[in-house]
Amino acid sequence: MKRFILPVVFLGGLVTLLAAGLGLNPREVPSPLIGKPVPAFTLPTLNAPDRQVGHTELKGQPYLFNVWASWCPTCYQEHELLVELSQRGVNVVGLNIEDERDDALKMLARGGNPYSVVLVDADGRSRIDWGVIATPETFVVDAQGIIRHKHTGAITWKDWQETIAPLFEQLYREMEPANG
Amino acid sequence: MVNALFNVVRAIGLSLLFVMPAFAIDSFQLPEDPATLARYQVLAEEFRCLVCQNQNLADSNADLANDLKRELVELLESGKSDDQIREFLVARYGDFVLYRPPVNKATAMLWLAPLIGVLGIGLVVVLLWRRGRNEGDVVTAEPVADEDISNALNELRAAKAEPQDKES
Repeated sequence: MKRFILPVVFLGGLVTLLAAGLGLNPREVPSPLIGKPVPAFTLPTLNAPDRQVGHTELKGQPYLFNVWASWCPTCYQEHELLVELSQRGVNVVGLNIEDERDDALKMLARGGNPYSVVLVDADGRSRIDWGVIATPETFVVDAQGIIRHKHTGAITWKDWQETIAPLFEQLYREMEPANG
Repeated sequence: MVNALFNVVRAIGLSLLFVMPAFAIDSFQLPEDPATLARYQVLAEEFRCLVCQNQNLADSNADLANDLKRELVELLESGKSDDQIREFLVARYGDFVLYRPPVNKATAMLWLAPLIGVLGIGLVVVLLWRRGRNEGDVVTAEPVADEDISNALNELRAAKAEPQDKES
């Protein structure tokens, strides 16, 4: 019996390692942008293409930076949640990528518009600067414009309650000494 | 029958409709200068397409891969060195974008695992070999005299003969 202990322990370890590996989401690539300022941009807005918004104008309060497109099925999954968050007072900024303007506007007209402003990545450059791999992706940005967290895929209420909401509350607390 | 055939054709046609947008047209010009083109080809094979993670940029037709290739061409033509281009992509997408990851704390296991594996297998082989040799030593340690063998054989034959007699 004794001679089986070592192979069994080895095999058990290997199975555990592989099982843990299978459980990981390969899309969740750690972003090197965490802790860094948002990449500089000046982009046209979806509602008024003539109007340009730059990264400095978004400073002053924490916000969610949500990368989306109307052709992206997963974006519809989280849309309702984003709408509700915006109704609760969360500032949600959108970055619309690789999209047709009419389709994007239609999606917002139907599902509600959670965004305080939607930026349009017209030349596909901004999404490279943000290291976007696939929509939807959501960044949590603090009042100073520093990226604090990245969420890959649709946000669920579980994600909001467990990870994003506590971080958001912390970002608001961080602002207090500056205000007072 | 004709109807069924028509349905099949229609299904294929419809599925093609969904497939079409996946083939993005290259929206960039490859470098004309042969030296730059050579550098482009080397670099495009070095970076991972992050959408289809097991392909490099050169092989991938994903929208993101095409955007990154266009960016690559522009960086090359603006006179950036290969290292500067690597830094540009790593700053945005992390080490994962490189097919050959750098040696650092996060990738230490990745680089050390083969070495640990080879050492582990070597250890097992040495242990098995030594055990095998020791067992061999035991057999040859006490040579058995020819007399002892013939005595033992005789005893065996005698023992075998007895029960057979009883049976018959």
